[in-house]
Amino acid sequence: MLSGTMVNSSLQNPGAVSPEQQLIRRVQDGERELFYELVRPYERRVYTAAFAILRNEADAEDAAQEAVLKAFKHIRQFRAEARFSTWLIQITVNEARMRLRRDRSNVIEPIVDHPDEEGNYTPRDFADWREIPSETAERNEIREKLLEALASLGEKYREVFVLREVQHLSIDETAKALDITVASVKTRLLRARLMLRDLLAPGLGGSWNSRLSFVKGKKPW
Amino acid sequence: MVVTCEEVWREISNYIEEQVDPALRAAMEEHFRDCKHCTAVLDGIRNVIQLYGDERLLEVPVGFSGRLRRRLEQEMPAPRGNAWGWMVAVAAAALITIGGVAGRSSAFNTPLRSEHAKPAVVPVPADMMVVVTDDGKTFHAAGCRFIHDKAHLRTIAAGEAIREGYAPCMRCMRKYLELSSLSPMQLEDADDSENHGSGY
Repeated sequence: MLSGTMVNSSLQNPGAVSPEQQLIRRVQDGERELFYELVRPYERRVYTAAFAILRNEADAEDAAQEAVLKAFKHIRQFRAEARFSTWLIQITVNEARMRLRRDRSNVIEPIVDHPDEEGNYTPRDFADWREIPSETAERNEIREKLLEALASLGEKYREVFVLREVQHLSIDETAKALDITVASVKTRLLRARLMLRDLLAPGLGGSWNSRLSFVKGKKPW
Repeated sequence: MVVTCEEVWREISNYIEEQVDPALRAAMEEHFRDCKHCTAVLDGIRNVIQLYGDERLLEVPVGFSGRLRRRLEQEMPAPRGNAWGWMVAVAAAALITIGGVAGRSSAFNTPLRSEHAKPAVVPVPADMMVVVTDDGKTFHAAGCRFIHDKAHLRTIAAGEAIREGYAPCMRCMRKYLELSSLSPMQLEDADDSENHGSGY
């Protein structure tokens, strides 16, 4: 991730050609063995974008590989005005969406899906959830709960949420990568955040913590 | 300006993104001071953002990078020979016989560094300069990306490298090997042995 931000540093200085742009040109001019260097900073983004849509590791890895190969085969079509990372994520999203449609019959429909995107979403639960321990993501049980909650959202919410919150793309970049409007990103993001809070607050805000306590009445962290 | 809970829920995401105008922001802050429910929702959303923003939550599977790299390599066309490369290849073809004869000479009795080395049938020009590393098993053209230890390179003649028990790199020396009697199966085996050595 760090190197990804490094190679984009020239964005602050539009006149300069960034190392990434130089690398792209060299690959486009035939030094194809350099292509991996180009995608390396974005490996995680490619994988998580595919995971957001497909919801399992093996399919996500397969789709991620396929997307990178497609980017490699079509590198000459990439135009310098675009951001390479966004272009790569677009290809990944398309690849993963295509697989999802293809395997639709095998996919269990999400439990939480609200086709009425325009309607207001009302929080269902107001459990107090003020603090979270810093090492929460390392705890496997909580990690599984988070992934389970994410997987239960509808596809359009998962995509937006993962690109914005997991990959930290801006709202504009998320809209470009998913080929939807900025307004749609905002609406879906609001819903995804509210739905995930509803799913997680009752557990993470109270019962899971007390159930996971090593010493009765005292938080383990 | 007074806002209701419903209005707060509708704008709460924009509020977190700091994309609401100052008047609405002030009204929402006022609302949060008095409304426990909306404060719980705000705290909860912030926690959700923090939890999912942690890079450890969604990591790439172990070995992902290596598998991706190998897949890419499989798709890469073999490097095209330039004019110079072709001239060398033609010269190499002319040297097959010489190589074959030299291959059977006593100078090649040194134990091979790799079981894949087949000096007697490898028609690499004996006087071509190649690079080797002391810990490696193969010799390469300078600049080959399959050189494992670029910091400790030694430049020697190909004939010398073969005498020392080095086998030709199956990638950068491919054009010579294709002229020899090595079967595709042998090439595949040799590629595998290189990949194991490169650590991915």
